[in-house]
Amino acid sequence: MAGKDAPPRWDRKMQQRLARGEAAALGELYDRFASLVHSLAHRVLGDERAADAVTREVFAHVWEHPETYDPKQGPLRSWVAAVTHRVAVQRLRDREEREQPRREELESTVRRASVAARADFIVHSMPAPLRAALDSAYFQRRDYRQTAADLGVTEDEARRRLRLGLQLLSTAHDTGTPPGYRGAV
Amino acid sequence: MTGWFEAHDGHDGHDDREGRAGHGDRDGYDSRDGHDSWDGGAGHGDRDGRGGGVGDGVPGGGGGHGPVPRIPTPRASVEDGGLPLSGLADLGDLAPVPLDLSHDVLKSLLGAWALAACSAAETAAVEEHLGGCGSCADEARRLREAVGLLHQPESLDLDPSLRTRVLESCLGRRPPRIPVPDWAAPYDAEAARLDALLQDFGDAEWHAPVRLRWFEADLPTSRPTTVAGVIAHLLAVDGLVATALGLPDPLAEAAGAAEPGTLGPAGRTEAYWRASHLPPASPHPSGGNGPLPLRSVRGPWREQSHGLVRTVSFTGGHAGGLTVPYGDFSLPLHDAMLDRAFECWVHAEDIAEAVDYPYPPPAPRHLNRMIDLAARLLPTVLAGRRRAGLSEPGRRTPHLVPAGAPGRSLRLEIEGAAGGEWLIPLDSPAAVGSADLEVAHVALDGVEFCRLAAGHVSPEDAAVGQGGDRRAIRDVLYAAASLSRM
Repeated sequence: MAGKDAPPRWDRKMQQRLARGEAAALGELYDRFASLVHSLAHRVLGDERAADAVTREVFAHVWEHPETYDPKQGPLRSWVAAVTHRVAVQRLRDREEREQPRREELESTVRRASVAARADFIVHSMPAPLRAALDSAYFQRRDYRQTAADLGVTEDEARRRLRLGLQLLSTAHDTGTPPGYRGAV
Repeated sequence: MTGWFEAHDGHDGHDDREGRAGHGDRDGYDSRDGHDSWDGGAGHGDRDGRGGGVGDGVPGGGGGHGPVPRIPTPRASVEDGGLPLSGLADLGDLAPVPLDLSHDVLKSLLGAWALAACSAAETAAVEEHLGGCGSCADEARRLREAVGLLHQPESLDLDPSLRTRVLESCLGRRPPRIPVPDWAAPYDAEAARLDALLQDFGDAEWHAPVRLRWFEADLPTSRPTTVAGVIAHLLAVDGLVATALGLPDPLAEAAGAAEPGTLGPAGRTEAYWRASHLPPASPHPSGGNGPLPLRSVRGPWREQSHGLVRTVSFTGGHAGGLTVPYGDFSLPLHDAMLDRAFECWVHAEDIAEAVDYPYPPPAPRHLNRMIDLAARLLPTVLAGRRRAGLSEPGRRTPHLVPAGAPGRSLRLEIEGAAGGEWLIPLDSPAAVGSADLEVAHVALDGVEFCRLAAGHVSPEDAAVGQGGDRRAIRDVLYAAASLSRM
């Protein structure tokens, strides 16, 4: 949550630099998204080495096929998350097939991972004031009065933002995509 | 968006300042009465967003520890140890009298309650209300579950070596048209490692005291600062390279400094600290109130370090003949990037030590290049020390040798995976090291050599195996220590 909002311009520029074969761009891409990719993969597969392997595969895919990202379809972050989800779930299904699957377990793992991916998307696409309030209260561990002071808003407003932010986030548990955070309030 | 912030008939008469006592400690599950009375299947969120275990904070993930509260208790209180609590005085008041608040106000508090971000009295009032109000209880449950989703994927500790492995595997599959030059790879890797270390830092860590140490006039010297001050130092000095490349100078931007171009590393650092109101060693602000801007130095530092790697990639393998002025000396661009990689690692280690994190040395092939830079700089430093009367020339041999001729040499043997051997010409930077004219031999571990060159261990204390001309050995070890600077 510390990262800045990635403007579409950054996304487009990154795509161009990757397409151009700029190794430095690949490093920057990794620095921005490796934690996201690794944690999503880890959530699906529950194992460090498998998550490492998915991370390698996802970045290789992005590096080899940067043109398959369409900035019009959404932020690069969401696309990277979607690629990760696909790669990780594929790997999970392959593994379960080899190991006599317990179907419900598999599906519940996939479902949990989908919720987490939606939550990530919601947090990164919610209005900045809501995100700033959640960031203050949750990550900076400030109470709502301190949050209000930090953000220069009234205490009422801080309470409202915290509640609305969580309401949006809670829609991650709803099935069906896209998250459609507007429907939350 | 405005629709979400519509006026709310909230009550704003709160002036209670109980602080946030009463939620139990940060990692513990608070099972005091009043929390366990809600039952029903939601699992606890991963309160700190750390660890990211499968199923944390997700319904159904809470099985296995006794009776599971239906509504998870609010996240453990935010005060973790070191930070002073604003409401410590009220800790004795563990059963605050519930406030008499209207339904709408209680409802407006649900988000703050779920985040454990309201006062103890408000918490008690909300929880009492939940017992009798079904719609608020439903929402409370939903919001508590949502808090469980507020994990921070960025905070997972990734194995730093994964970056190298992933990038190498990518570049193996599709060779880059614009590679990162070999001499910039150590900087790229060290900046990424330091950034990963900073990832989890809260205010306490950013304020942790750090002592910058180096050798000056053959004596250990130091300067107190904080973790934030160290990052500002790296930002300000990396700015020398940025400026040489035509990138914006962070010092000019921060300070509007008149003549940043004439300042060396120490001058730039002091100027940056002054301009950004970074006290060299800030005491921890009492109460921790108010926004703390210190962590904001991380973004500019990281942006600049990415910018440097990106820009040097376009200079080609030979660094385009650029040199980087450091005030009273200068280095070719490729050496400056190794120097900055070295500084980044050394200061990352300072920071890691200050906050008690482990921090391994750089990859051997990167460390080797840093050692090589130091070894290549030694003859010039020796000559400078001789001119300054800090070391004596050899007595029996002429100390001036023709350029390119073999000269009296010391064999520097570096042990370990990053190791190698270097012949250091002792009497002139223009001379060529010569095995035939070897007068002394020192052997030490690569990391130990770097600590010496960083001024973190004194020449007397360095664990060195040695043989031969003791004066030559002393000169070289002191010359190595004098490579260090603020």
